[in-house]
Amino acid sequence: MPFLVAAVVDEPPNPWLSWTYVTDHVDALVAAGKEHLLITLASVALAMVVAVPLALLVRRYPGLCGWVLGLGGVLYTIPALALISVLWPMFGLSPLTVTIALAVYALLVVLRNTLVGLDGVPAEAVDAARGMGFGRRRLLLKVELPLALPAILAGVRLATVSTVGLVTIGALVGHGGFGTLILGGFVDNFYHAQIMTATLLTVALAILLEGLLLLLERVLTPWSRIRSTS
Amino acid sequence: MSTAVEVWQWLTDPAHWTGPDGVPIRTAEHLRISITALLVAVVIALPVGIALGRSGRGSFLAFTIGNIGRAVPTFALLFIFASWDPVGVGDLAAILALVLFAIPPLLTNTYIGLREVDVDAKDAAVGLGMTSWQRLWRVELPLAVPLVAAGLRTTTVQVVATASLAAFVGGGGLGRYIVDGFGQQDTVLVVSGVVLIATLCLVTEGVLALLQRAVTSSPLRSGSLVASGSVSEG
Repeated sequence: MPFLVAAVVDEPPNPWLSWTYVTDHVDALVAAGKEHLLITLASVALAMVVAVPLALLVRRYPGLCGWVLGLGGVLYTIPALALISVLWPMFGLSPLTVTIALAVYALLVVLRNTLVGLDGVPAEAVDAARGMGFGRRRLLLKVELPLALPAILAGVRLATVSTVGLVTIGALVGHGGFGTLILGGFVDNFYHAQIMTATLLTVALAILLEGLLLLLERVLTPWSRIRSTS
Repeated sequence: MSTAVEVWQWLTDPAHWTGPDGVPIRTAEHLRISITALLVAVVIALPVGIALGRSGRGSFLAFTIGNIGRAVPTFALLFIFASWDPVGVGDLAAILALVLFAIPPLLTNTYIGLREVDVDAKDAAVGLGMTSWQRLWRVELPLAVPLVAAGLRTTTVQVVATASLAAFVGGGGLGRYIVDGFGQQDTVLVVSGVVLIATLCLVTEGVLALLQRAVTSSPLRSGSLVASGSVSEG
């Protein structure tokens, strides 16, 4: 009875790359992309708003430095999955849960780079500014922060790229941008095309943001171009 | 703060420390996944990093792999492997994803470690008539140890942390408590899982910090910013 054999063996094709998938799901892909981008930008922005003032505070009171970096290191060690989970009872199944959790990781990267950048400000530049009668505030805004800018921006770029990857884990609470599609594709009978498309778009988003931030670094710090050849 | 009390009760309940779903077994699974992935990654990344770093060639390759590796989310790799027939769901998918996750940082740190070996030390070794092998074992590797060890330490901690994701694809490990807890809407189970994972990660970090100190000869010890700052070079 040949028809029985055919009934058992016949499996539908499940390609990894499918243009039909993309054209059929444009809306879902755009929505996921928007969420992914928004959570990434919100996390990094939140991290910057906290990290830069925190770096200044730590410099003002050096005794705090060990504590802050130590606590940051402890938080950085805890996996994103765990941090998202522990915020879930407080903030629920919302994008906010993912944003706050990921801001913690971005925070440490930006904080470290800001401290490194401020430490790297040449003492001569500070002396010269003091000699010219610069007060503490003017020294900071006109000399120290501009000179630390390349390091700060490099930290922001690094934080952004890793945040793009981490957002996917937000799928746990249903707000992981492309990650939600990856998890959904997995649950939906190993839907290869959906998993692969969402993965490639995540990578593309990371590369795009990295490129844009590199460009921004060049525009904002034209003087550092000479040194950046290595 | 009743959740905190319930989590404490969960963690101290002897019933949760025995059987196939008990904490010791889940911890063992977690470590087995992490260590297997790490060993495979080390076997691949260290020789390649050493060869590239010594020859001074392939810096483009080493950094490109490093950068692409950072951009591809492990979460995505995990589901790609798990839904690919030859691998399927379970620990193997997690191990393979973690291997790919661990290779880039190990490769870049090893490469930089060997690249940065003092040229004078290398010249002196040549002048002493050492063969290429002897130079590698007695001069270059010992001098590269601090950076390689720093890379190994950070990567190991990250692998142990990321191994929590294995539970998403039917694997074992401590991530099970979180994923199962979400499935059952059981906050206490989720938070208990978080506490266990955080503890494991911090213990791993502490043990490795001590190990790193032990394998780095005292003149080469330096501040931790150097160790972890290697990636932030623009």
